[in-house]
Amino acid sequence: MQIPVEGFMYPNEVELQWSILIVLYPFITGLVAGAFILASLERVFRVQAVKPTYRLALLTALAFLLVAPLPLQLHLGHPERSLEMYLTPHRSSAMAMFGFVYLWYLMAVLLLEIWLDYRRDIVVMSQKESGWKRLVYRVLTLGSSNISERSLHIDERLGYFITLIGIPSAFLLHGYVGFIFGSIKANPWWSSPLMPIVFVFSAMVSGIAAVMLIYMFSSRLRGREIDMRCLDTIARYLLYTFIIDFSLEMLDLLQRVYEADESFRSLDFMVHTRLWTSQVIVQILLGTVTPIALMGLTQFVRLTETTRKRVYGLAGCLTLMGIFAMRWNVVIGGQLFSKSFLGYTTYKMAFATREGLLPALILMILPFVILWVLVKLLPPWLESSPAPVISAAAPARGIN
Amino acid sequence: MDITRRRLLVLMPAAAVAWKYVLAGTPEASPNYRLTDHWWGMLMDITKCIGCGTCVRACAEENDVPDGYYRTWVERYHRDDWKIERPEVESPDGGKHGYLHEPAEGGKNFFVPKLCNHCAESPCTQVCPVGATFDAPDGVVLIDKKYCLGCRYCIQACPYGCRFLNPKTNTAEKCTLCYHRITKGLTTACCEVCPTGARQLADLKNPKDPIHEFLRTHSVQVLKPHMATGAKVFYNGMDGSVR
Amino acid sequence: MNRFKDTEHLIRLAAVIVLALIAFVVLRFALVPRSFGQYGHYRGAAIAETAARPVAFAGHQTCEACHTDVVDLKKQGKHVVVACEACHGPLAKHADDPGSVQPKKLDTMVVCTRCHEANSAKPSGFPQVVTADHSGGLACDTCHQPHRPKIETEEVKK
Repeated sequence: MQIPVEGFMYPNEVELQWSILIVLYPFITGLVAGAFILASLERVFRVQAVKPTYRLALLTALAFLLVAPLPLQLHLGHPERSLEMYLTPHRSSAMAMFGFVYLWYLMAVLLLEIWLDYRRDIVVMSQKESGWKRLVYRVLTLGSSNISERSLHIDERLGYFITLIGIPSAFLLHGYVGFIFGSIKANPWWSSPLMPIVFVFSAMVSGIAAVMLIYMFSSRLRGREIDMRCLDTIARYLLYTFIIDFSLEMLDLLQRVYEADESFRSLDFMVHTRLWTSQVIVQILLGTVTPIALMGLTQFVRLTETTRKRVYGLAGCLTLMGIFAMRWNVVIGGQLFSKSFLGYTTYKMAFATREGLLPALILMILPFVILWVLVKLLPPWLESSPAPVISAAAPARGIN
Repeated sequence: MDITRRRLLVLMPAAAVAWKYVLAGTPEASPNYRLTDHWWGMLMDITKCIGCGTCVRACAEENDVPDGYYRTWVERYHRDDWKIERPEVESPDGGKHGYLHEPAEGGKNFFVPKLCNHCAESPCTQVCPVGATFDAPDGVVLIDKKYCLGCRYCIQACPYGCRFLNPKTNTAEKCTLCYHRITKGLTTACCEVCPTGARQLADLKNPKDPIHEFLRTHSVQVLKPHMATGAKVFYNGMDGSVR
Repeated sequence: MNRFKDTEHLIRLAAVIVLALIAFVVLRFALVPRSFGQYGHYRGAAIAETAARPVAFAGHQTCEACHTDVVDLKKQGKHVVVACEACHGPLAKHADDPGSVQPKKLDTMVVCTRCHEANSAKPSGFPQVVTADHSGGLACDTCHQPHRPKIETEEVKK
């Protein structure tokens, strides 16, 4: 298909290299990091109020983390060779090292933490359930059915330690994605030391917003009361994080405008034309300023519970849309202008091709499907009968 | 031109000698090429380039470059008087069919052929996650087609836009400095066909290579020196407006 | 003994991890190509593979070995610096098998104009003409011998 070019682009630059799938990837890993940070708020920082969302946040993180490699696989020219990243990783490549950061985070942090937290329930269910479910739980117990007080206490301590490591790991996970872009000196839209930090904070924002929305939605589905103290606290943390994130992004913008270096004229023109809707309207106005204003409002004006829920719901949705737009503006925006600073190209997104809109939509829905399976397998909530042995020393984490 | 039988009998031994060049298509036939004896680069003389595009065509034929992608290309610049930061540049189909249409009125017009700069500190090899693109010991940056994942990180990292993804092999691709030719004592396809000698292959490790004298006596530049890539394609007579 | 029992699940977990690491090492040994790391972080064999590609342009030395008459003609003019295949295209196959692979006849209106059509971006010292004014539409080889392009007063054709 003929791609419309304005001005001059190097002949090989006209076609975009990284598609919407590569926009999706940092968005998904961002949700993972953010959801985990929310979970760690309770575990490490002892913010009791957000306890009801602890297990849900972990499962959300896992669901998204499992989907994260899929857009990459669809994008690769030779996905069958992707194992090479683990067999012969090039140590100078941020992308190669990220493969290990991802693996570390998945295995050592997230899976381990979930396993340790759920272990008692897993053992109980391995004895209670029947059929194939029983087999699944038996496997998950790793053959040990010891849920004595002491063993659970050991789990608790180890879990705490892992969460402690998990926090910098979560920062590393998404900071690394930022570094993958930020370290490319050839691209002035990406090259910036602020990139990893902006990515981390926007990740936290998106993750917290996602868990908040999932908590509200799942409570509604289950016909349960939403713990307002929990919800208000989450919203407050979302607000604080968002303010930091917005400040960082505005700082980057201000500096660029002021210094007006070689690339500035080209980038400025791009933002004013091709990126106007996605950056100024969707990302900044609708996706950042509006949710901040909405949540800021709840801090100063006393609103009823119902109104607050509506405000949080709206703010959460706008936030997710804004953070997605941010990823879009970084990835796609970085490829729309020529490295000669003399021209612009267009992103032609197909629908039903390997890197088109359709697989992107499917990949966005898939984590929720996986989450649903995980929630069924490892319920974040104690529904009916409690576990046979409830000891005061190891309180159940899933409540409500 | 007709070749008589007598002529042919006389010419056969000569052909046999020349045949050796062509026959050296098999790796065993070039045993006298030692990697450490060479450090390849190229000299581009802007004052000589006529923008005929023969190099672009020759490269495409020599290396099976797919349509719409370019291992080398020729840009035409129009610098309007003092507007050095805002030249008008074009490269229709990479300059493959030459430039028959006139540039804008006035100012300075010239051609700039470009290709992979075979950087000594290439950012593209730095970012390759698996080691599919690499700096060979003789200074040529190559791509291992059998190992490349097609992640396109190298394409993003190249400041010069010389890389692309080959849609047939789904691997990254770029100028190889006609590695299969230079290791057999031939020059690159683009340098071979350049009618004005604007493009010349250079072996920086060879003390007899004319580039050393040239570099001593002319003012040369590399593209985007602020990127500190260690580019080894040297441009003579290049205007400051070149991006 | 009791203490050990309470950490049993962790020991099992550790065993799983160790097994996975061993499997990874074995996999790595089996799958990484032998020549990897020979010269650097890449498959050493790739260098030879890249060099083994067949050549499409024979190079002017190969042409000159047979076509000595053309060489003599070219030596008399400015086109001595122009390689044969610059106009005639890639001819390694012809050099392989001169009898059965014949180079195509060239259209001088196409081949010559690519270099010599006047254009203000070309260096001013380079010989260039506006073909419409110069030849009025006649093919270039009507008057010029491509291998020795300068027209002496009495000469016309090859």
